[in-house]
Amino acid sequence: MPPDDLEAERVLRICTACMYCDGLCAVFPAIAGKHDFAPNDLTYLANLCHNCRGCWYACQYAPPHHFAINLPNTLAELRQRSYADYAWPRWLGRGFGANARVVAAIVGGITASMLIATLLLVPANVLFAAHHGPGAFYRVVPWPIMAGAAAATLLSAMLAIGISAASYWRAITPRAGTKAILRALYPAVLDIVTLRNLGGGGPGCNDADEKFSQQRRWFHHVMVAGFAFSLAATLIAAFYHHVYAVAAPYSLTSLPVLAGGIGGVTMLIGIGGLLLLERRADRALSAAAEIRLNIVFLVLLALVAGSGLAVLALRETAAMGLVLTLHLGIVIGFFAILPVSKAVHGLYRSLALLRAAIERARPRRSGDE
Amino acid sequence: MSTVSASTKIDVLVVGGGSAALCAAIAARRHGATVRLVEHAPLSLRGGNTRHARNFRLMHDTAHCYVPDSYGEDAFMNDLHRVTRGATDATLARVLIRGSATIAPWLQANGVALQDPGCGVMPYSQRTAFFLGGGKTMINALYATAARIGIEICYDSEVVALPTSDGQGGNVVIDRGGITELVSPKALVLCCGGHQSDRAWLRDSFGDAADGLVVRGTPYATGRVLRMLLDAGARPVGDPSQGHIVAVDARGPPVDGGIVTRITAIPSGIVVDRNAQRFHDEGEDARKTHYARWGERIAQCPGQIAYLIMDAHGRARALPTALPPIEADSIAALAVKLGLDPAALEATTRGFNAAIAGGELIQRRTAQLAPAKSHGAVALAVPPFAAYPMRPGLTFTHFGVAVDPQMRVIKSDGSRFENIFAAGMIMAANVLGRGYLAGLGVTLSAVFGRLAGEEAARHAAR
Repeated sequence: MPPDDLEAERVLRICTACMYCDGLCAVFPAIAGKHDFAPNDLTYLANLCHNCRGCWYACQYAPPHHFAINLPNTLAELRQRSYADYAWPRWLGRGFGANARVVAAIVGGITASMLIATLLLVPANVLFAAHHGPGAFYRVVPWPIMAGAAAATLLSAMLAIGISAASYWRAITPRAGTKAILRALYPAVLDIVTLRNLGGGGPGCNDADEKFSQQRRWFHHVMVAGFAFSLAATLIAAFYHHVYAVAAPYSLTSLPVLAGGIGGVTMLIGIGGLLLLERRADRALSAAAEIRLNIVFLVLLALVAGSGLAVLALRETAAMGLVLTLHLGIVIGFFAILPVSKAVHGLYRSLALLRAAIERARPRRSGDE
Repeated sequence: MSTVSASTKIDVLVVGGGSAALCAAIAARRHGATVRLVEHAPLSLRGGNTRHARNFRLMHDTAHCYVPDSYGEDAFMNDLHRVTRGATDATLARVLIRGSATIAPWLQANGVALQDPGCGVMPYSQRTAFFLGGGKTMINALYATAARIGIEICYDSEVVALPTSDGQGGNVVIDRGGITELVSPKALVLCCGGHQSDRAWLRDSFGDAADGLVVRGTPYATGRVLRMLLDAGARPVGDPSQGHIVAVDARGPPVDGGIVTRITAIPSGIVVDRNAQRFHDEGEDARKTHYARWGERIAQCPGQIAYLIMDAHGRARALPTALPPIEADSIAALAVKLGLDPAALEATTRGFNAAIAGGELIQRRTAQLAPAKSHGAVALAVPPFAAYPMRPGLTFTHFGVAVDPQMRVIKSDGSRFENIFAAGMIMAANVLGRGYLAGLGVTLSAVFGRLAGEEAARHAAR
């Protein structure tokens, strides 16, 4: 067994014997009454943990105690390994290791090549001119190239993450019939959408110290809402383009621009909050690789949102051509690195929550004392 | 090297850092007193044995979101009489039980979160409420409240002298990392626990058996202040050689193991001493709290050690444990791993297996075997065989100082220390002269701590 697994087993045994944290999140009910932990159980538990840190501050066995329990760190280390273990194609797993460098190289490379290609292929008098009216963007980057490149990278990323998630689910599937899985879908979706497990059983997470706070949960909600608005803007714009045959850019009061603008600003607020919490949090309660993954992903997402807002602000000026190319480069780079980014946690955690919901529906095992 | 600083004037000095101390400090502060709390432990290990607590017992006439049904005053009193077999001060017991009726909302108002019995995996409990996240979370919340309302909190601070004269506490000497300070409080509240972590004192009380004892709780319950009080003439209550002793895993830490090292699977197997001989009926008590009866028995064993032996089926019936059992494919090989005589353990097991009579699994008992196993006697037959080495684990002793219903410490001559109050396990023996009730430790600490804090603030305001 790898040393991480041995440590996880040692810690979880003590947790099952203690169970004081059973009201804090889904991890503790999931280990109740267990004598042994198979590696796939550990993978499941690692992704069920939201790293809310409640159990660290609650732990009577935290260092300097003889047992030296640090469950959030132990599970974070395992979680990072699971991201690499289930990556598809297999070699992609290495991208989680030196994540900052890999992401910077890929996103930087794609953005730089797009800028160079634009500079080489688009005549200067077109690139550096102010364009107005429908189709203005496509005079710099033709629509088929823009939509084609973005769609191709996004689809291949979704394929990679989908295959990874499928093999993750195969590894952690509980013994349950289709009916039981369907019954668990609603409670699982509720847990996913509300981030109930970032609530510490009610009072909230321990973002920085023993005081409870709901900040992490709220900033995550805000960021996801911003992302959803931005996604909606893209879909509405696609609808305008194909159904109404009206080409971008759209007016400031149009639906795609409003949704995109609100989405971009909202995302930046959420990202800013999450980055701030990342700064304040005790690093010993997470894994170094997880912190890196979080920061890289948040910064990249901020670049996507920020450059999108820049396009909106500068679209009437001569800078539009370059800013648009820059934004496209970052967006396509973002799509390309999705399978080696924090984005994978969304699916893994959702699947872990589904398994927890299935197991929760089973008759409860009695506790002790 | 030590220096003595100029004496500091405060209203109430609270000694200790567990739930009794925190409740006393908060109650005194809320009554307008200036309060300082001195905790012997460092910040990371603050909280005394409340760190290892889980729930507390409370009287309630109707259901609340944290406790179902009702648990009346008489029912609580009956439970207390049953476990103490009369070793309880009826007046103080009434104060405790009536105080418990309002302690949950008081703790909640001071930041403590209680768990909804409907969530998590804890069993339904009519008599006790559970802390969300356990005792340490409760302690964290009370420390946060104490700091917020202006209580001065000092860690790593030990009271090293407690001079008294004319029935009054005088200048208290506090040591902090070798630097001593003189404090002259108007009132003193002592909430610093019993003496169960003082090995020398335990040896005085328990004799040689003390060497085999494991201390389940905080190493900071040294009893130093208790000794000072007794030396100053406080009246002792209880018996220092009696304690709440349970069966714990011998491989656990020598102190501070808390709840996870207790061995709860005894009815699933047989228990032998270091001569590989059985010495008591393992099926006698199959309740979940049976391990509390085995502590005393193991303390009587040679070398204060015993071994629970199970087969694969027995282990599967048992609850999970903090440390995995020692396993082997045969009884003889298991004996070798445990350092027991293989032939003797094989003979004991063979004799046990041969004595099992028929009947339903749970009622099945041994015939013509001494001692008998009266319930759940199932042959040890299926490998791998599993074992836990066990030691007696001391939770607390039934010993402390006498107090009156205002929590003032009583002297041997019947008079009282006018400004010295005590709460928590240092005076628990007044109501808990014997035995234990689940969740009583925190109730006792919170109710009496709150009361002592209020009385101390009133005294200081005079």
